[in-house]
Amino acid sequence: MSPTSLATHPLERAGLRAVRALCVALLAFLLAPVLVLVPLSFSDGSFLTWPVPGWSLRWYDDVLHSDAWLRAARNSFIVAPAATLIATVLGTLAAVGLARADFIGRGLLTSLLIAPMVVPVIVVGLATALAFAPIGLGDSFTGLILVHAALGAPFVLTTVTATLDGFDRNLIRASASLGADPWATFRRVTLPLIAPGVVSGALFAFATSFDDVVVTLFLAGPTQVTLPRQMFTGIRENITPAIAAVATLLVGFTTASMLALEWLRGRRER
Amino acid sequence: MIRPVVSSLLLIACAATAHAAPELVIVNFGGANGAAQRKAFYEPFERTSGAKVVAVEYNGEQARVKAMVEARKVTWDVVEVESPDLSRGCDEGLYERVDWSKLGGKAAYLPAAVHDCGVGAFMWSTVMAYDTSRFPGGGPKTWADFWDVKRFPGKRGLRKGARYALEFALLADGVKPADVYKVLATRDGADRAFRRLTELAPHLQWWEAGAQPVQWLVANDVAITSAYNGRIDAARREGRPLAVVWAGSLYDFDYWAVPKGSPNRDLALRYIATAGVPDHQAAFARLMPYGPTVPQAVARIDAETLKHLPSTPANMTDALKFDARFWADQGEVLEKRFAAWAAR
Amino acid sequence: MTPPAVDAPTLARAVRRERRRRTAGGLLLVAPLLVFLGLTLLLPIGTLLARAVHDPQVATALPATAQALDAWDRVAPLPDAARVALQRDLLAATDDARIGGVARRLNGDVPGARSLVMGTWRALHHDPAAAGFDPTAPRAAALEAFDARWADPAVWIAIARNAAAFNPDDLLAAVDLRRDAQGGIARVPADESAFGRILARTLGVSAAVTALCLLLGYPLAWWISTLPPQRAALAMIAVLLPFWTSVLVRAAAWVVLLQREGLVNQALIAAGVIAEPLALIFNRTGVVISMTHVLLPFMVLPLLAAMRAVPPTLMRAAVSLGSPPLQAFVRVWMPQTRAGVAAGVLLVFILALGYYVTPALLGGADDQMLSYYVARYANVEIDWGMACALAVVLLAATLVLYTLYRRVARDTVLGA
Repeated sequence: MSPTSLATHPLERAGLRAVRALCVALLAFLLAPVLVLVPLSFSDGSFLTWPVPGWSLRWYDDVLHSDAWLRAARNSFIVAPAATLIATVLGTLAAVGLARADFIGRGLLTSLLIAPMVVPVIVVGLATALAFAPIGLGDSFTGLILVHAALGAPFVLTTVTATLDGFDRNLIRASASLGADPWATFRRVTLPLIAPGVVSGALFAFATSFDDVVVTLFLAGPTQVTLPRQMFTGIRENITPAIAAVATLLVGFTTASMLALEWLRGRRER
Repeated sequence: MIRPVVSSLLLIACAATAHAAPELVIVNFGGANGAAQRKAFYEPFERTSGAKVVAVEYNGEQARVKAMVEARKVTWDVVEVESPDLSRGCDEGLYERVDWSKLGGKAAYLPAAVHDCGVGAFMWSTVMAYDTSRFPGGGPKTWADFWDVKRFPGKRGLRKGARYALEFALLADGVKPADVYKVLATRDGADRAFRRLTELAPHLQWWEAGAQPVQWLVANDVAITSAYNGRIDAARREGRPLAVVWAGSLYDFDYWAVPKGSPNRDLALRYIATAGVPDHQAAFARLMPYGPTVPQAVARIDAETLKHLPSTPANMTDALKFDARFWADQGEVLEKRFAAWAAR
Repeated sequence: MTPPAVDAPTLARAVRRERRRRTAGGLLLVAPLLVFLGLTLLLPIGTLLARAVHDPQVATALPATAQALDAWDRVAPLPDAARVALQRDLLAATDDARIGGVARRLNGDVPGARSLVMGTWRALHHDPAAAGFDPTAPRAAALEAFDARWADPAVWIAIARNAAAFNPDDLLAAVDLRRDAQGGIARVPADESAFGRILARTLGVSAAVTALCLLLGYPLAWWISTLPPQRAALAMIAVLLPFWTSVLVRAAAWVVLLQREGLVNQALIAAGVIAEPLALIFNRTGVVISMTHVLLPFMVLPLLAAMRAVPPTLMRAAVSLGSPPLQAFVRVWMPQTRAGVAAGVLLVFILALGYYVTPALLGGADDQMLSYYVARYANVEIDWGMACALAVVLLAATLVLYTLYRRVARDTVLGA
């Protein structure tokens, strides 16, 4: 039952219509920047200008044959999955642990663990760049993966904690009383129940790493340039429709993953 | 989930171990300039030396060099450095001293291209540029015209920061090119420059990267802008009606420098020597209109190309050399003042 | 046989023991993340805090001078011992990197100190006799004879001030304060003070973006909460698609949309709304528009979570009790979403405070926020002390707000 049907006064109805119009406009506002680059990526000119002078696939050809872009894509698909894996394992364990723990400092501990979400990335970038260089972790995949994992873990922690909140503890007791050891209980009972939280947390962690440019700017060496880092250089140094082509590919990738996710969820619910 | 992780870990392992041919990491400013360097310098060097050049783009951040030199883990072998950064970096021990005997002696180069820690790569210039179709009655000719928004309406582009902006402001205020730095060193002179900037502030749009002012001119976002002459030329070759004003331009050199502790020092010097070969410098000038640092190269450049080089005498008559030493001393204070001015 | 009687205290003890055991087990699971975050983030941030106030460069490079200046009250004439000690220190420093660091540090206080120090060091090491120096027995007068700028007490005050390894100058400068010659704290003159205004601007832009996000996000979240599930899912995709799309992609897109002859201006001109193109980008407008776009989903998500938790019968109950719908909405329904509003507002505000990429690419010279200057001092000026000091200010502002956030948002999803 939606509250809209309660509006009876003509003025209220007009107000509702206005709100609806505003919301549709807002959705357009949210989508416009994502979609506007798509036609530009098929331009045959060298500048990002509207209207598009003529159509061609030359910028896709450029990007798909460019060492720099391919290397950046490869690096992104090394760093993001590795960081996601670490973040997901550590974040899930911590969430399960926090749910079991019951002591006075719990709130404080939670605050500490999710603090990386709110520390400005630039501070993280500068701090890790200064601290990692002397111990040989500057300009390395390891350093970048570790920091991205640290930035992603709190997302996993929060999403898993949220699913654990609605979790029936009697299930664990039932499992234990039926003779399952703790690991089997975790694998067979806890994990399937918190899986949605783990998956969405992992997605957040993946996006955190995949989208990060600031930490990469400070921490990555010449061989660790990721897609966002390459785009940053591109937008500043060499503004061409190649940027639009990469953007279109990324938007396609994002949309496909989101649709796949929706589809998976729909199947699970059925 | 597991499979991609395993394969990415394998990829990391491969990236770490697979080094067959010697690799030389050369760091440049990217864009059309980087592409021209690849054709004119890297490719001939790869052919003669058998080494593989890995080109890396950066935006001139010396912090990276400092971090790797301090950590003694130097992964950059040759860096394209702007002159103020080279002087500072040399003072602070970021760069190796150049062994000129391996480069055929200092005499082969222009005097300004010779530095304790660097070898001139090319000469470039920051010029005033505009779209000729926008001013059919004749475009701006001086920095005073740049400041004249009545005669030449439209937005103005300048590089974000005190460097360049203050020099141009003084030129617009009628200071002779030869006196600019003398005036700017005084309190009154700096005040004068900032007053000029304040006048123009509502019309100014500040750029940070070399590609921006050209994109803005082409998109009609600004009417007149300062820009690197090479960038304007690249757009001009694409058929854009852009013009360059040489009077009052600020020229400078970019240098090749080797970060201290580079494991490939000798290979780096061999690369620098290759980049100093007159034929290669001439080839570079044809691709990117930046002036050669080896006088012998000039004879190998055609007249049409010469017309667009900042090193051509006709283009240098009213030009000003960017004073790296002035900025090394006054940079911190004037940049801080610029930040304060922008925040006012 | 009757079971053994369990008295209440024994039971309570058993329960407590069991709870302690579970807590210990739980903490064991938390430990890996805690240690991991400690090593990858907390330790580096600790280093950063230290670097904001600790810079031993001058003290280690010029030890004798530091000692000689220790007794000087900075008012009386400079003791000759200091002049001699400086020459000894410069002669002893064979590593140019060390002296270069000192020169940079001093140049921040006294413009020209860089060339003065480097020039003197070079003369002492290359051809001292020609420059009037005697390396074996340095004379006090030689310095001023070589370069008259050594007569300026400001240079010596700068050395004395920076000779202390722990030194709050950068941190003070980050909030527009400085120490005068006698060590008292004073405001910097107006034409040099920037960071106070930059901090104010950072807070102002963040507040504007947060307000705009709330103003737009609230009706949007409400509207989505009233949609039937399938259409709500569709609307959520529209909200989330940009959320998952790289910030850089969107920055490039805004340039295309908002530039002088961009799509927005073209559309507005074609519609006859404006005659001259509006300046929408590379100024405050562009920064606010693009940041609102980036942060709007962060507002909508907690709002939506809160709104979905409000019982749908609440409104009907209020209306059936005789309250007009609008009034019921404002007085009964909206207060139920307060926690979501609080969570969204603080989350957006905190995230906005640290924004770097969007203002750097889409703002003008007077739209840059604190993050921009952190990056600038770190990467361009290579003044890491100053970069760290500004980062500390940013971090402090964020942590204050975060503490506030934890208090207000304890019950919402993002508050965990």
